[in-house]
Amino acid sequence: MDAILIQILNGLDKGSAYALIALGLTLIFGTLGVVNFAHGALFMIGAFCAVTLQKLLTLSVTTIDPERTDFLGNPLKVQTPYVENWFGPEVGGTIVDWAVPLAILLAIPVMLLVGFVMERGLIKHFYKRPHADQILVTFGLAIVLQEIVKYFYGANPIPTPAPDAFRGSLDIGVWLGFDPYAIIYPYWRLVYFFFAGVIIAAVFAFLQFTTFGMVVRAGMADRETVGLLGIDIDRRFTLMFGLAAVVAGLAGVMYTPILSPNYHMGMDFLVLSFVVVVVGGMGSLPGAVLAGFLLGILQSFASMNEVKSLLPGIDQIIIYLVAIVILLTRPRGLMGRRGVMEE
Amino acid sequence: MGILEVKGVNKRFGGLQALGDVNLSVKQNTVHAIIGPNGAGKSTLLNCLVGKLMPDSGSVMFDGQSVLGRKPHEINQMGISRVFQTPEIFADLSVLENVMIPCFARRDGAFRLHAYETVGSERDIRGQAEHMLEDVNMADKRHMHAGSLSRGDKRRLEMAMCLVQEPKLLLLDEPTAGMARADTNNTIDLLKEIKAKRDITMCIIEHDMHVVFSLAERITVLAQGTPLVEETPENIKGHPKVREAYLGEAQV
Amino acid sequence: MLGLERRDLTILIAVAVITLFAPIILNPFPTGSALAQFNAGYPDLMQRFVIFGIFAIGFNILFGLTGYLSFGHAAFLGIGSYSAVWMFKLLSMNVIPAILLSIVMAGLFALVIGFVSLRRSGIYFSILTLAFAQMSYNLAYSVLTPVTNGETGLQITLSDPRILDGESSGLPVTSLFGAEMRDTTTLFVGPWSWDFSVGYYFCAALMLVAFYISVRIFRSPFGMMLRAVKSNQQRMNYTGLNSRPYTLAAFVISGMYAGLAGGLLAAMDPLAGADRMQWTASGEVVLMTILGGAGTLIGPVLGAGFIKYFENIFSKINDGILHQWFAFMPDGLENFVVAVIHPFIGKGWHLTLGIMFMLVVIFLPGGLVEGASRVGRVFRRRDRKADHVESDAARQRAAAE
Repeated sequence: MDAILIQILNGLDKGSAYALIALGLTLIFGTLGVVNFAHGALFMIGAFCAVTLQKLLTLSVTTIDPERTDFLGNPLKVQTPYVENWFGPEVGGTIVDWAVPLAILLAIPVMLLVGFVMERGLIKHFYKRPHADQILVTFGLAIVLQEIVKYFYGANPIPTPAPDAFRGSLDIGVWLGFDPYAIIYPYWRLVYFFFAGVIIAAVFAFLQFTTFGMVVRAGMADRETVGLLGIDIDRRFTLMFGLAAVVAGLAGVMYTPILSPNYHMGMDFLVLSFVVVVVGGMGSLPGAVLAGFLLGILQSFASMNEVKSLLPGIDQIIIYLVAIVILLTRPRGLMGRRGVMEE
Repeated sequence: MGILEVKGVNKRFGGLQALGDVNLSVKQNTVHAIIGPNGAGKSTLLNCLVGKLMPDSGSVMFDGQSVLGRKPHEINQMGISRVFQTPEIFADLSVLENVMIPCFARRDGAFRLHAYETVGSERDIRGQAEHMLEDVNMADKRHMHAGSLSRGDKRRLEMAMCLVQEPKLLLLDEPTAGMARADTNNTIDLLKEIKAKRDITMCIIEHDMHVVFSLAERITVLAQGTPLVEETPENIKGHPKVREAYLGEAQV
Repeated sequence: MLGLERRDLTILIAVAVITLFAPIILNPFPTGSALAQFNAGYPDLMQRFVIFGIFAIGFNILFGLTGYLSFGHAAFLGIGSYSAVWMFKLLSMNVIPAILLSIVMAGLFALVIGFVSLRRSGIYFSILTLAFAQMSYNLAYSVLTPVTNGETGLQITLSDPRILDGESSGLPVTSLFGAEMRDTTTLFVGPWSWDFSVGYYFCAALMLVAFYISVRIFRSPFGMMLRAVKSNQQRMNYTGLNSRPYTLAAFVISGMYAGLAGGLLAAMDPLAGADRMQWTASGEVVLMTILGGAGTLIGPVLGAGFIKYFENIFSKINDGILHQWFAFMPDGLENFVVAVIHPFIGKGWHLTLGIMFMLVVIFLPGGLVEGASRVGRVFRRRDRKADHVESDAARQRAAAE
């Protein structure tokens, strides 16, 4: 029982990331009809927003402390971040410590901007082109974006720790009546799961309760009619793209303590997120979220030793295997609508 | 016994009875029209004939064989060709290639890995296709890109593609839908010409009464998924049931 | 001749002549000159040109003709390589059985994967092929280690049985009935030097065969059916043709081409690693085909050559070379120009590649071949304008009389 719970919990954080990326992919696909292979890159850019902020906050001045010496006997050079100089070591230190959550504030405008530029500059011209062209051009864009990041940040993963308060783990097992240390779960993963929940809820609420969201939902159901109503769909689509970019970006920001960001993390997640979208049903938002969590959890079950000894290698292929089975038996995915992407 | 025998066909979509107990018999070498108001089930019926939809019950026999459960390409190989509402052609290929493809389909069946021959060496096929194009007055356009043809020519090309297979039955789904009067008349002339030149059975689904009365020898009126009457054009015109189906209860 | 029309025959002969003289054509600059770094006439690179040419030609049969965009073709490349290395380990260092097995194995896998994937079309097909390729890649890395030797990659060793070959003292090399693949004759003419390698000519010969077969497929009724699939599958089915076996045949053929390419890679350098199956490798062959011109005969070969050449050149250039080039500029400007170009060269080659990819898809969906024909058309139109002027003048004269 506790083993099962552990696997479900382990699957949640990966599942949250899949769900958030898949949500954005589905929004873009459902409203704009574009298959965006650069969506993983948006996730990666979000993660690098956190890296950037952390680097900025730790920019330091070097001062010489004459009272202390290093091991050679020279006066000790001390590096103090500017923020600590400005706000005092107490407040400054906290700010540096909280770099990752603070990066959300940086990521929102950055992602909006990236999203707008991408949509206006490139994607817009591909609405009427075949899906193959969309795949290819966004694939090219993804390569470009990741190479740019690689140029500036290097090829190695950059550790970006969570705030001190969230390091360590929570003994969930004790709450539920198991032995101590039966189920321990890192705080930050719990934070990530709740964060994802909040974002998903926000997106759904936004679509459900605002006029803008109503138009977008109508557009997803029947694009032409909405266009005929004289609603300026173009501007809304741009906004929609920006929103999807923000969702992917925030998913990236908060994921950095779980996985040290590297330039190709976007591609790694993209392939899986596409599978998630297909499994959930192309064009279905609840489907994307459901499939994201489902596949995340399934993957963590498959990596249990008991399962692996029974079916060696299953953890490596489970997601793809599920996708293949789903596509062949239920081509519309778990919750897909009729007529999406069918000739 | 007709070449096409539809018996007791039913089809429901959820709560909607699209076809209710349809019986229909198309005699060899006749032009048979199926008319009816919007939503009468004409397209559903047609889709049941070509393998796109599977009826819930009933039988569809063509030339003594059941077509039910067969795929569209199998039904075509049995001898049924179909003209679509909006012309379906190979827009990226040349006009001549468009007509050669059905010739290959007729000679080689549904699949053949003829990768070792060249198209250029298939003189028979090419001859057939060119002959057909002359028949529909399109020989001069044979090297054109099919996608760049006018709408009327696309319709002509589609008919040529169907006719070159020498089908036993030609199904036409609103062949003049959305056409201007002049184009409609051209299409009527083309169909009359085709009929005069060869023995062919045609089944036309049509909205336009002008087309129907110019071509059809038998007419079936469909309303709310059931055939009302089957008659000759002369007898259909004044038929009270037909007036009722088209005009509702209101008397003119 | 050869069952080809004159135009196709001309193309085939042109390709044959170019591949035959490639060692000379690709080394236009004297050895030791400043421009020698642009030479591409060394065996290793030329082999890659033709091998990836084969890969792209095969991919084009599927994507160019039927429009089915596979994102998993690298899997067949990898399968080809593994099969070939196993043949070298077990049977003989002769490349013929190795390559035959590569083609057969890739064909079998393509049959299975194609049979499943082709039940869907459009983006679903792309994702299915991607999923299969990723599965193969992940498996090759993990559970299949006994077959693939995991991360290290599969290599030949001294202790391999090689039942047809006798004992050998050192690590044996791949050969074609005794002619070693790595054998190279270097010809010195004045300041130039040209390398003629057995391996290159072996690959080139196979590429010509592959190219010839692809021309025949393009011009065959089968090829016409494949184009019909791309154009209008609904009409095709209602014309009595079953599109499924046509697409499956195309998929298997292109898988076999990929297997051949993979086998040749192993024949030139007998090792095989899982990274050859990664989806970025699948993306690369898509890029080659698109860049050259999908659906055209010569496009994929051009695209493969283009990308492999620039990959090689761009990755070799470094800041030192750039400074040499721009030495004529004032220092400040020189540094600036070098700094601007710097991100695109050396390790930044992928950035250049990505940008090129986007530019091609945006502005030149037909690839280099279409670009060339556009340029050609511009020139021809100019000629016609000149004709018009003349004929107008003639008409005016006639009217005046």
